[in-house]
Amino acid sequence: MGNSILKIENITMQFGGVTAIKDLSFEVQKGQIYGLIGPNGAGKTTIFNIITGNLTPTSGFVIFENENITSTKPNKVVYKGIARTFQNIRLFKSMTVLENILIGFDAQANYSYFEAILRLPRFFKKEKEIRQKAYELMKIFGIEEFADTNATALSYGNQRKVEIARALATNPKLLLLDEPAAGMNPNETAELSDIIHKIKKDFDLTILLIEHDMKFVNAMCDQLTVLDYGAKIFEGKPADAIVDEKVISAYLGDFSHA
Amino acid sequence: MNIDIFLQQLVNGASLGSMYALIAIGYTMVYGVLRLINFAHGDIMMVGAFLTFFATSAGMPFEVAVLIGIVGSAIIGILTDKIAYKPLREAPKISLLITAIGISFFLENLFTVLFGSTPKAFKAPEYLTKIFHLGNIYLPISVIIIPTVTLLILAIVLWILYKTKYGMAIRALAFDIQTVKLMGIDADKIIMIVFIIGSALAAIGGVFYAVSYPSIDPLMGIIVGLKAFAAAVLGGIGSVGGAVVGGFILGFTEIFVVAMFPELGGYKDAFAFFFLILVLLFKPTGIMGQDLERGRF
Repeated sequence: MGNSILKIENITMQFGGVTAIKDLSFEVQKGQIYGLIGPNGAGKTTIFNIITGNLTPTSGFVIFENENITSTKPNKVVYKGIARTFQNIRLFKSMTVLENILIGFDAQANYSYFEAILRLPRFFKKEKEIRQKAYELMKIFGIEEFADTNATALSYGNQRKVEIARALATNPKLLLLDEPAAGMNPNETAELSDIIHKIKKDFDLTILLIEHDMKFVNAMCDQLTVLDYGAKIFEGKPADAIVDEKVISAYLGDFSHA
Repeated sequence: MNIDIFLQQLVNGASLGSMYALIAIGYTMVYGVLRLINFAHGDIMMVGAFLTFFATSAGMPFEVAVLIGIVGSAIIGILTDKIAYKPLREAPKISLLITAIGISFFLENLFTVLFGSTPKAFKAPEYLTKIFHLGNIYLPISVIIIPTVTLLILAIVLWILYKTKYGMAIRALAFDIQTVKLMGIDADKIIMIVFIIGSALAAIGGVFYAVSYPSIDPLMGIIVGLKAFAAAVLGGIGSVGGAVVGGFILGFTEIFVVAMFPELGGYKDAFAFFFLILVLLFKPTGIMGQDLERGRF
Protein backbone atom coordinates (compact mmCIF):
# COMPACT_ATOMS: atom_id res chain seq x y z
CA MET A 1 0.00 0.00 0.00
CA GLY A 2 2.65 2.54 -1.00
CA ASN A 3 -0.09 4.89 -2.11
CA SER A 4 -1.65 5.52 1.25
CA ILE A 5 -1.32 9.11 2.48
CA LEU A 6 -3.30 9.00 5.74
CA LYS A 7 -3.90 6.03 7.96
CA ILE A 8 -6.15 6.17 11.00
CA GLU A 9 -5.22 3.18 13.16
CA ASN A 10 -7.51 1.92 15.91
CA ILE A 11 -8.27 5.34 17.28
CA THR A 12 -10.35 5.56 20.43
CA MET A 13 -11.21 8.90 21.99
CA GLN A 14 -12.81 9.23 25.38
CA PHE A 15 -13.95 12.44 27.03
CA GLY A 16 -14.37 11.54 30.66
CA GLY A 17 -16.75 8.58 30.56
CA VAL A 18 -18.03 9.31 27.08
CA THR A 19 -16.53 7.41 24.19
CA ALA A 20 -16.65 9.73 21.20
CA ILE A 21 -14.74 7.42 18.88
CA LYS A 22 -14.50 3.67 19.20
CA ASP A 23 -11.58 1.78 17.68
CA LEU A 24 -11.78 3.55 14.33
CA SER A 25 -9.51 2.67 11.43
CA PHE A 26 -9.55 3.80 7.83
CA GLU A 27 -7.08 4.64 5.15
CA VAL A 28 -7.06 7.43 2.60
CA GLN A 29 -5.19 6.90 -0.66
CA LYS A 30 -3.23 9.64 -2.35
CA GLY A 31 -5.36 11.63 -4.78
CA GLN A 32 -8.68 10.48 -3.37
CA ILE A 33 -11.62 12.52 -2.26
CA TYR A 34 -12.57 10.62 0.84
CA GLY A 35 -15.84 11.21 2.65
CA LEU A 36 -16.45 10.95 6.36
CA ILE A 37 -20.16 10.99 6.99
CA GLY A 38 -22.59 10.19 9.73
CA PRO A 39 -25.34 11.72 11.84
CA ASN A 40 -24.70 14.62 14.19
CA GLY A 41 -22.49 13.71 17.09
CA ALA A 42 -20.99 10.71 15.33
CA GLY A 43 -17.47 11.94 16.02
CA LYS A 44 -16.49 13.28 12.61
CA THR A 45 -15.13 16.64 13.73
CA THR A 46 -13.37 14.91 16.63
CA ILE A 47 -11.39 12.91 14.05
CA PHE A 48 -10.37 16.16 12.34
CA ASN A 49 -9.26 17.57 15.67
CA ILE A 50 -7.18 14.46 16.30
CA ILE A 51 -5.57 14.55 12.85
CA THR A 52 -4.59 18.22 13.22
CA GLY A 53 -3.22 17.68 16.72
CA ASN A 54 -5.83 19.66 18.63
CA LEU A 55 -6.77 16.51 20.50
CA THR A 56 -4.66 13.57 21.58
CA PRO A 57 -6.52 10.29 21.16
CA THR A 58 -6.94 8.00 24.16
CA SER A 59 -5.38 5.25 22.05
CA GLY A 60 -4.48 4.62 18.45
CA PHE A 61 -2.36 6.35 15.84
CA VAL A 62 -2.51 8.86 13.03
CA ILE A 63 -0.05 7.92 10.29
CA PHE A 64 0.61 10.54 7.64
CA GLU A 65 2.91 9.60 4.77
CA ASN A 66 4.25 6.68 6.79
CA GLU A 67 5.09 8.93 9.72
CA ASN A 68 3.39 8.70 13.08
CA ILE A 69 2.02 12.19 13.74
CA THR A 70 -0.27 11.32 16.67
CA SER A 71 -0.40 14.27 19.10
CA THR A 72 1.98 16.40 17.05
CA LYS A 73 1.23 20.05 17.87
CA PRO A 74 -1.18 21.81 15.48
CA ASN A 75 1.41 24.35 14.38
CA LYS A 76 3.78 21.50 13.46
CA VAL A 77 1.16 19.41 11.69
CA VAL A 78 0.79 22.21 9.14
CA TYR A 79 4.37 21.77 8.04
CA LYS A 80 3.76 18.07 7.42
CA GLY A 81 1.23 19.17 4.81
CA ILE A 82 -2.19 19.01 6.43
CA ALA A 83 -4.65 21.90 6.41
CA ARG A 84 -8.29 22.18 7.38
CA THR A 85 -11.40 24.33 7.30
CA PHE A 86 -14.06 24.54 9.98
CA GLN A 87 -17.73 23.69 10.07
CA ASN A 88 -18.53 27.14 11.43
CA ILE A 89 -16.34 29.41 9.34
CA ARG A 90 -13.47 30.73 11.41
CA LEU A 91 -11.91 33.60 9.56
CA PHE A 92 -9.87 36.29 11.24
CA LYS A 93 -12.59 38.89 11.52
CA SER A 94 -11.94 42.53 10.79
CA MET A 95 -8.84 41.54 8.88
CA THR A 96 -8.98 41.80 5.11
CA VAL A 97 -9.37 38.83 2.79
CA LEU A 98 -5.80 39.32 1.61
CA GLU A 99 -4.49 39.36 5.18
CA ASN A 100 -6.42 36.22 6.02
CA ILE A 101 -4.73 34.44 3.15
CA LEU A 102 -1.30 35.95 3.79
CA ILE A 103 -1.38 34.44 7.27
CA GLY A 104 -1.73 31.04 5.68
CA PHE A 105 1.49 31.69 3.81
CA ASP A 106 3.32 32.34 7.07
CA ALA A 107 4.37 28.70 7.19
CA GLN A 108 6.33 29.21 4.01
CA ALA A 109 7.85 32.60 4.67
CA ASN A 110 11.15 31.46 6.06
CA TYR A 111 12.90 34.74 6.55
CA SER A 112 14.09 35.41 10.07
CA TYR A 113 13.28 38.25 12.50
CA PHE A 114 16.62 39.64 11.61
CA GLU A 115 15.92 39.80 7.91
CA ALA A 116 12.45 41.19 8.52
CA ILE A 117 13.70 43.96 10.79
CA LEU A 118 16.63 44.87 8.60
CA ARG A 119 14.42 44.53 5.52
CA LEU A 120 17.07 42.59 3.65
CA PRO A 121 16.51 42.07 -0.08
CA ARG A 122 15.51 38.45 0.44
CA PHE A 123 12.70 39.67 2.66
CA PHE A 124 11.28 41.89 -0.04
CA LYS A 125 11.62 39.21 -2.69
CA LYS A 126 9.84 36.73 -0.48
CA GLU A 127 7.13 39.22 0.48
CA LYS A 128 6.46 40.00 -3.16
CA GLU A 129 6.36 36.34 -4.05
CA ILE A 130 3.87 35.64 -1.27
CA ARG A 131 1.59 38.47 -2.30
CA GLN A 132 1.62 37.26 -5.86
CA LYS A 133 0.73 33.75 -4.74
CA ALA A 134 -2.07 35.08 -2.54
CA TYR A 135 -3.56 36.93 -5.51
CA GLU A 136 -3.30 33.81 -7.68
CA LEU A 137 -5.18 31.87 -5.02
CA MET A 138 -7.88 34.52 -4.77
CA LYS A 139 -8.28 34.42 -8.55
CA ILE A 140 -8.92 30.69 -8.50
CA PHE A 141 -11.78 31.29 -6.10
CA GLY A 142 -12.94 34.42 -7.89
CA ILE A 143 -12.54 36.57 -4.78
CA GLU A 144 -9.65 38.81 -5.82
CA GLU A 145 -11.97 41.82 -6.02
CA PHE A 146 -12.48 41.48 -2.26
CA ALA A 147 -8.75 41.44 -1.43
CA ASP A 148 -8.95 44.59 0.68
CA THR A 149 -12.43 44.00 2.02
CA ASN A 150 -13.04 42.99 5.58
CA ALA A 151 -13.52 39.22 5.62
CA THR A 152 -16.75 39.45 7.59
CA ALA A 153 -18.31 41.73 4.98
CA LEU A 154 -18.38 38.89 2.45
CA SER A 155 -21.31 36.61 1.73
CA TYR A 156 -21.39 33.26 3.45
CA GLY A 157 -20.41 31.42 0.28
CA ASN A 158 -17.47 33.73 -0.32
CA GLN A 159 -16.30 33.46 3.28
CA ARG A 160 -16.22 29.73 2.79
CA LYS A 161 -14.01 30.26 -0.25
CA VAL A 162 -11.67 32.51 1.70
CA GLU A 163 -11.36 29.83 4.34
CA ILE A 164 -10.46 27.18 1.79
CA ALA A 165 -8.03 29.57 0.09
CA ARG A 166 -6.40 30.28 3.45
CA ALA A 167 -6.00 26.55 4.06
CA LEU A 168 -4.43 26.13 0.61
CA ALA A 169 -1.98 28.93 1.37
CA THR A 170 -0.23 26.63 3.83
CA ASN A 171 0.65 24.40 0.87
CA PRO A 172 -1.03 21.20 2.05
CA LYS A 173 -0.93 17.74 0.54
CA LEU A 174 -4.01 16.71 2.49
CA LEU A 175 -6.93 19.08 2.87
CA LEU A 176 -9.57 18.45 5.52
CA LEU A 177 -12.91 20.09 4.77
CA ASP A 178 -15.46 20.16 7.58
CA GLU A 179 -18.93 20.40 6.03
CA PRO A 180 -17.88 22.72 3.22
CA ALA A 181 -21.37 22.81 1.72
CA ALA A 182 -23.18 23.52 4.97
CA GLY A 183 -25.56 26.44 4.67
CA MET A 184 -25.05 26.80 0.93
CA ASN A 185 -27.81 26.95 -1.66
CA PRO A 186 -27.78 24.43 -4.56
CA ASN A 187 -26.04 26.90 -6.89
CA GLU A 188 -23.30 27.61 -4.40
CA THR A 189 -22.94 23.90 -3.68
CA ALA A 190 -22.50 23.13 -7.37
CA GLU A 191 -19.91 25.88 -7.69
CA LEU A 192 -18.12 24.56 -4.63
CA SER A 193 -17.95 21.04 -6.12
CA ASP A 194 -16.31 22.46 -9.23
CA ILE A 195 -13.80 24.40 -7.16
CA ILE A 196 -12.92 21.40 -5.03
CA HIS A 197 -12.32 19.29 -8.13
CA LYS A 198 -10.26 22.07 -9.66
CA ILE A 199 -8.01 22.68 -6.66
CA LYS A 200 -7.59 18.96 -6.15
CA LYS A 201 -6.19 18.73 -9.67
CA ASP A 202 -4.22 21.99 -9.66
CA PHE A 203 -2.64 21.51 -6.26
CA ASP A 204 -2.29 17.73 -6.44
CA LEU A 205 -4.35 17.32 -3.28
CA THR A 206 -5.91 14.53 -1.37
CA ILE A 207 -9.15 15.60 0.26
CA LEU A 208 -10.89 14.27 3.32
CA LEU A 209 -14.28 15.81 3.80
CA ILE A 210 -17.05 15.69 6.35
CA GLU A 211 -20.51 16.15 4.96
CA HIS A 212 -24.18 15.64 5.71
CA ASP A 213 -25.50 16.25 2.24
CA MET A 214 -25.59 12.75 0.70
CA LYS A 215 -26.11 14.11 -2.80
CA PHE A 216 -22.98 16.20 -2.48
CA VAL A 217 -21.03 13.27 -1.06
CA ASN A 218 -22.25 11.01 -3.82
CA ALA A 219 -21.09 13.42 -6.47
CA MET A 220 -17.74 14.16 -4.82
CA CYS A 221 -16.29 11.16 -3.06
CA ASP A 222 -14.38 8.19 -4.37
CA GLN A 223 -14.64 6.37 -1.09
CA LEU A 224 -16.25 6.96 2.26
CA THR A 225 -16.55 5.87 5.82
CA VAL A 226 -19.82 6.16 7.66
CA LEU A 227 -19.69 6.75 11.41
CA ASP A 228 -22.42 6.26 13.93
CA TYR A 229 -21.83 6.86 17.64
CA GLY A 230 -18.09 6.93 17.02
CA ALA A 231 -17.89 3.55 15.34
CA LYS A 232 -17.48 2.71 11.68
CA ILE A 233 -20.64 1.16 10.26
CA PHE A 234 -19.70 1.26 6.60
CA GLU A 235 -16.70 1.71 4.35
CA GLY A 236 -16.80 1.66 0.58
CA LYS A 237 -18.19 3.39 -2.49
CA PRO A 238 -20.86 6.08 -2.03
CA ALA A 239 -23.20 4.21 -4.36
CA ASP A 240 -23.10 1.21 -2.06
CA ALA A 241 -23.49 3.33 1.07
CA ILE A 242 -26.90 4.68 0.16
CA VAL A 243 -28.32 1.18 -0.18
CA ASP A 244 -26.61 -0.18 2.93
CA GLU A 245 -29.10 -1.13 5.63
CA LYS A 246 -26.99 0.01 8.56
CA VAL A 247 -26.33 3.38 6.97
CA ILE A 248 -29.99 3.88 6.19
CA SER A 249 -31.06 2.99 9.69
CA ALA A 250 -28.42 5.28 11.22
CA TYR A 251 -29.68 8.16 9.15
CA LEU A 252 -33.40 7.49 9.10
CA GLY A 253 -33.92 5.54 12.29
CA ASP A 254 -34.17 1.81 12.51
CA PHE A 255 -37.35 0.77 10.69
CA SER A 256 -36.58 -2.87 10.05
CA HIS A 257 -36.59 -3.89 13.69
CA ALA A 258 -39.15 -1.42 14.93
CA MET B 1 -6.90 81.00 32.65
CA ASN B 2 -4.66 82.98 30.35
CA ILE B 3 -3.14 81.55 27.21
CA ASP B 4 0.31 81.02 28.72
CA ILE B 5 -0.97 78.93 31.55
CA PHE B 6 -3.23 77.10 29.16
CA LEU B 7 -0.31 76.19 26.89
CA GLN B 8 1.81 75.23 29.83
CA GLN B 9 -0.87 72.89 31.13
CA LEU B 10 -1.48 71.52 27.65
CA VAL B 11 2.14 70.44 27.39
CA ASN B 12 2.07 69.01 30.90
CA GLY B 13 -1.09 67.08 30.07
CA ALA B 14 0.45 65.66 26.92
CA SER B 15 3.48 64.56 28.89
CA LEU B 16 1.42 62.84 31.59
CA GLY B 17 -0.92 61.35 28.99
CA SER B 18 2.08 59.89 27.18
CA MET B 19 3.03 57.87 30.23
CA TYR B 20 -0.47 56.51 30.62
CA ALA B 21 -0.61 55.77 26.90
CA LEU B 22 2.66 53.83 26.88
CA ILE B 23 1.54 51.65 29.77
CA ALA B 24 -2.01 51.29 28.43
CA ILE B 25 -0.69 49.84 25.15
CA GLY B 26 0.73 46.89 27.08
CA TYR B 27 -2.56 46.27 28.90
CA THR B 28 -4.51 46.37 25.70
CA MET B 29 -2.17 44.15 23.65
CA VAL B 30 -1.96 41.44 26.29
CA TYR B 31 -5.73 41.59 26.62
CA GLY B 32 -5.99 41.17 22.87
CA VAL B 33 -4.05 37.92 22.72
CA LEU B 34 -4.80 36.36 26.12
CA ARG B 35 -8.07 38.00 27.21
CA LEU B 36 -6.18 38.80 30.39
CA ILE B 37 -6.11 42.06 32.32
CA ASN B 38 -2.46 41.79 33.27
CA PHE B 39 -2.51 43.51 36.65
CA ALA B 40 1.22 42.94 37.00
CA HIS B 41 1.78 45.33 34.11
CA GLY B 42 2.05 48.44 36.30
CA ASP B 43 4.75 46.69 38.30
CA ILE B 44 6.70 45.94 35.13
CA MET B 45 6.84 49.71 34.71
CA MET B 46 8.27 49.96 38.24
CA VAL B 47 10.85 47.28 37.39
CA GLY B 48 11.88 49.32 34.33
CA ALA B 49 12.34 52.48 36.42
CA PHE B 50 14.31 50.60 39.10
CA LEU B 51 16.64 48.84 36.68
CA THR B 52 17.34 52.15 34.98
CA PHE B 53 17.97 53.74 38.37
CA PHE B 54 20.44 51.04 39.39
CA ALA B 55 22.24 51.21 36.07
CA THR B 56 22.69 54.99 36.34
CA SER B 57 23.76 54.63 39.98
CA ALA B 58 26.39 52.17 38.81
CA GLY B 59 27.77 54.97 36.71
CA MET B 60 26.42 54.00 33.32
CA PRO B 61 25.37 56.69 30.87
CA PHE B 62 21.64 57.42 31.01
CA GLU B 63 20.94 56.05 27.51
CA VAL B 64 22.62 52.74 28.29
CA ALA B 65 20.76 52.57 31.60
CA VAL B 66 17.43 53.06 29.87
CA LEU B 67 18.30 50.29 27.45
CA ILE B 68 19.09 48.01 30.38
CA GLY B 69 15.76 48.96 31.96
CA ILE B 70 13.91 48.12 28.75
CA VAL B 71 15.66 44.81 28.16
CA GLY B 72 15.39 43.82 31.82
CA SER B 73 11.66 44.59 31.91
CA ALA B 74 11.11 42.65 28.71
CA ILE B 75 12.86 39.66 30.30
CA ILE B 76 10.71 39.95 33.45
CA GLY B 77 7.66 40.22 31.19
CA ILE B 78 8.61 37.07 29.29
CA LEU B 79 9.30 35.24 32.55
CA THR B 80 5.93 36.12 34.08
CA ASP B 81 4.24 34.80 30.96
CA LYS B 82 6.29 31.60 30.80
CA ILE B 83 6.21 30.82 34.51
CA ALA B 84 2.83 32.13 35.64
CA TYR B 85 0.48 32.50 32.67
CA LYS B 86 1.51 29.83 30.21
CA PRO B 87 0.54 26.86 32.42
CA LEU B 88 -2.93 28.42 32.62
CA ARG B 89 -3.64 28.82 28.91
CA GLU B 90 -6.48 26.31 29.04
CA ALA B 91 -7.65 27.33 32.53
CA PRO B 92 -10.64 29.59 33.21
CA LYS B 93 -9.83 33.27 32.68
CA ILE B 94 -10.51 34.06 36.33
CA SER B 95 -7.56 31.85 37.38
CA LEU B 96 -5.36 33.83 35.04
CA LEU B 97 -6.59 37.12 36.47
CA ILE B 98 -5.97 36.04 40.05
CA THR B 99 -2.49 34.88 39.06
CA ALA B 100 -1.79 38.29 37.54
CA ILE B 101 -2.74 39.97 40.81
CA GLY B 102 -0.46 37.52 42.60
CA ILE B 103 2.45 38.37 40.30
CA SER B 104 1.76 42.04 40.99
CA PHE B 105 2.03 41.55 44.77
CA PHE B 106 5.07 39.37 44.29
CA LEU B 107 6.99 41.98 42.29
CA GLU B 108 6.03 44.81 44.66
CA ASN B 109 7.10 42.88 47.73
CA LEU B 110 10.20 41.42 46.14
CA PHE B 111 11.46 44.90 45.33
CA THR B 112 10.48 46.17 48.77
CA VAL B 113 12.43 43.38 50.46
CA LEU B 114 15.43 43.75 48.18
CA PHE B 115 15.69 47.52 48.02
CA GLY B 116 13.57 48.89 50.84
CA SER B 117 10.43 50.94 50.65
CA THR B 118 11.99 54.38 50.98
CA PRO B 119 11.64 56.37 47.77
CA LYS B 120 14.85 56.80 45.83
CA ALA B 121 15.81 59.99 44.08
CA PHE B 122 15.98 59.43 40.38
CA LYS B 123 18.61 61.52 38.71
CA ALA B 124 17.71 62.38 35.16
CA PRO B 125 20.39 63.74 32.83
CA GLU B 126 20.56 67.49 32.58
CA TYR B 127 19.46 67.65 28.96
CA LEU B 128 16.07 66.29 30.00
CA THR B 129 15.49 68.47 33.02
CA LYS B 130 16.87 71.72 31.65
CA ILE B 131 14.28 74.47 31.80
CA PHE B 132 13.63 76.50 28.69
CA HIS B 133 11.14 79.25 28.12
CA LEU B 134 8.91 80.12 25.25
CA GLY B 135 7.41 83.55 25.77
CA ASN B 136 6.15 83.36 29.30
CA ILE B 137 6.03 79.58 29.57
CA TYR B 138 8.74 77.80 31.48
CA LEU B 139 9.13 74.12 30.79
CA PRO B 140 11.61 71.31 31.30
CA ILE B 141 12.64 69.88 27.95
CA SER B 142 11.31 66.48 29.02
CA VAL B 143 7.69 67.57 28.55
CA ILE B 144 8.42 68.07 24.86
CA ILE B 145 10.56 64.97 24.45
CA ILE B 146 8.16 62.59 26.22
CA PRO B 147 5.12 63.10 23.94
CA THR B 148 7.36 63.14 20.86
CA VAL B 149 8.99 59.84 21.76
CA THR B 150 5.58 58.40 22.65
CA LEU B 151 4.09 59.23 19.25
CA LEU B 152 7.17 57.82 17.57
CA ILE B 153 6.78 54.59 19.54
CA LEU B 154 3.09 54.45 18.69
CA ALA B 155 3.97 54.72 15.01
CA ILE B 156 6.45 51.85 15.37
CA VAL B 157 3.93 49.66 17.21
CA LEU B 158 1.25 50.30 14.59
CA TRP B 159 3.77 49.56 11.87
CA ILE B 160 4.63 46.25 13.52
CA LEU B 161 0.94 45.40 13.92
CA TYR B 162 -0.16 46.25 10.41
CA LYS B 163 2.91 45.85 8.22
CA THR B 164 4.76 42.80 9.49
CA LYS B 165 3.82 39.16 9.53
CA TYR B 166 4.31 39.11 13.29
CA GLY B 167 1.81 41.92 13.62
CA MET B 168 -0.60 40.06 11.41
CA ALA B 169 -0.23 37.02 13.64
CA ILE B 170 -0.78 39.17 16.75
CA ARG B 171 -3.99 40.56 15.31
CA ALA B 172 -5.16 37.13 14.18
CA LEU B 173 -4.46 35.72 17.62
CA ALA B 174 -7.00 38.17 19.04
CA PHE B 175 -9.68 36.26 17.15
CA ASP B 176 -8.85 32.64 17.22
CA ILE B 177 -5.84 30.98 18.79
CA GLN B 178 -6.66 27.51 17.46
CA THR B 179 -6.86 28.63 13.86
CA VAL B 180 -3.68 30.64 14.17
CA LYS B 181 -1.87 27.48 15.22
CA LEU B 182 -3.33 25.66 12.22
CA MET B 183 -1.68 28.25 10.02
CA GLY B 184 1.64 26.98 11.26
CA ILE B 185 2.21 29.85 13.65
CA ASP B 186 3.73 29.19 17.05
CA ALA B 187 1.15 31.00 19.19
CA ASP B 188 3.41 30.99 22.26
CA LYS B 189 6.11 32.77 20.34
CA ILE B 190 3.65 35.46 19.24
CA ILE B 191 2.41 35.86 22.82
CA MET B 192 6.04 36.25 23.89
CA ILE B 193 6.51 39.03 21.33
CA VAL B 194 3.45 40.78 22.77
CA PHE B 195 4.93 40.60 26.27
CA ILE B 196 8.24 41.94 24.97
CA ILE B 197 6.57 44.92 23.29
CA GLY B 198 4.24 45.61 26.24
CA SER B 199 6.98 45.36 28.87
CA ALA B 200 9.43 47.46 26.88
CA LEU B 201 6.86 50.23 26.51
CA ALA B 202 6.01 49.99 30.22
CA ALA B 203 9.70 50.39 31.04
CA ILE B 204 9.92 53.49 28.86
CA GLY B 205 6.78 54.79 30.60
CA GLY B 206 8.46 54.08 33.94
CA VAL B 207 11.56 56.01 32.98
CA PHE B 208 9.44 58.96 31.81
CA TYR B 209 7.58 58.85 35.10
CA ALA B 210 10.84 58.82 37.04
CA VAL B 211 12.18 61.73 35.00
CA SER B 212 9.03 63.79 35.58
CA TYR B 213 8.51 62.94 39.26
CA PRO B 214 12.09 62.28 40.22
CA SER B 215 11.45 59.69 42.89
CA ILE B 216 10.79 55.98 42.59
CA ASP B 217 9.60 53.33 45.02
CA PRO B 218 8.48 49.69 44.74
CA LEU B 219 4.79 50.62 44.90
CA MET B 220 4.91 53.33 42.25
CA GLY B 221 3.39 50.97 39.67
CA ILE B 222 0.12 50.43 41.50
CA ILE B 223 -1.71 53.68 41.01
CA VAL B 224 -0.12 54.52 37.66
CA GLY B 225 -0.84 50.99 36.47
CA LEU B 226 -4.47 51.18 37.52
CA LYS B 227 -4.87 54.55 35.83
CA ALA B 228 -3.31 53.24 32.64
CA PHE B 229 -5.73 50.33 32.85
CA ALA B 230 -8.59 52.82 33.13
CA ALA B 231 -7.14 54.60 30.09
CA ALA B 232 -7.06 51.34 28.13
CA VAL B 233 -10.71 50.67 28.97
CA LEU B 234 -11.67 54.25 28.18
CA GLY B 235 -10.03 53.98 24.77
CA GLY B 236 -11.49 50.53 24.16
CA ILE B 237 -9.59 47.57 25.49
CA GLY B 238 -7.99 45.59 22.69
CA SER B 239 -7.36 48.69 20.59
CA VAL B 240 -3.83 50.13 20.53
CA GLY B 241 -5.01 53.42 19.05
CA GLY B 242 -7.69 53.53 21.73
CA ALA B 243 -5.13 53.00 24.49
CA VAL B 244 -3.22 56.05 23.31
CA VAL B 245 -6.35 58.18 22.97
CA GLY B 246 -7.51 57.04 26.42
CA GLY B 247 -4.10 57.80 27.91
CA PHE B 248 -4.01 61.33 26.55
CA ILE B 249 -7.61 62.07 27.57
CA LEU B 250 -6.78 60.97 31.08
CA GLY B 251 -3.56 63.01 31.15
CA PHE B 252 -5.24 66.20 29.93
CA THR B 253 -8.19 65.79 32.28
CA GLU B 254 -6.03 65.31 35.32
CA ILE B 255 -3.89 68.34 34.58
CA PHE B 256 -6.69 70.67 33.51
CA VAL B 257 -9.18 69.86 36.22
CA VAL B 258 -6.53 70.53 38.83
CA ALA B 259 -5.40 73.72 37.05
CA MET B 260 -8.92 75.07 36.80
CA PHE B 261 -10.25 73.88 40.13
CA PRO B 262 -7.26 73.71 42.46
CA GLU B 263 -9.54 72.74 45.33
CA LEU B 264 -10.16 69.43 43.50
CA GLY B 265 -6.44 68.67 43.53
CA GLY B 266 -6.84 66.09 46.24
CA TYR B 267 -9.15 64.08 44.01
CA LYS B 268 -6.64 63.99 41.16
CA ASP B 269 -6.20 60.25 41.32
CA ALA B 270 -9.94 59.66 41.35
CA PHE B 271 -10.68 61.01 37.86
CA ALA B 272 -9.34 57.92 36.14
CA PHE B 273 -11.71 55.72 38.07
CA PHE B 274 -14.58 58.12 37.57
CA PHE B 275 -13.99 57.69 33.81
CA LEU B 276 -13.70 53.95 34.26
CA ILE B 277 -17.10 53.77 35.95
CA LEU B 278 -18.73 56.00 33.33
CA VAL B 279 -17.30 53.96 30.46
CA LEU B 280 -18.34 50.68 32.01
CA LEU B 281 -21.83 52.04 32.59
CA PHE B 282 -22.49 53.68 29.25
CA LYS B 283 -20.08 52.38 26.63
CA PRO B 284 -18.29 49.25 27.81
CA THR B 285 -16.45 48.89 24.50
CA GLY B 286 -14.77 52.26 25.02
CA ILE B 287 -14.05 54.93 22.44
CA MET B 288 -12.35 52.84 19.78
CA GLY B 289 -13.00 49.33 20.99
CA GLN B 290 -15.28 46.86 19.34
CA ASP B 291 -17.34 44.00 20.57
CA LEU B 292 -14.95 42.28 22.97
CA GLU B 293 -15.71 38.84 21.64
CA ARG B 294 -14.41 39.89 18.28
CA GLY B 295 -11.39 41.75 19.58
CA ARG B 296 -9.40 44.20 17.54
CA PHE B 297 -6.25 46.24 17.58
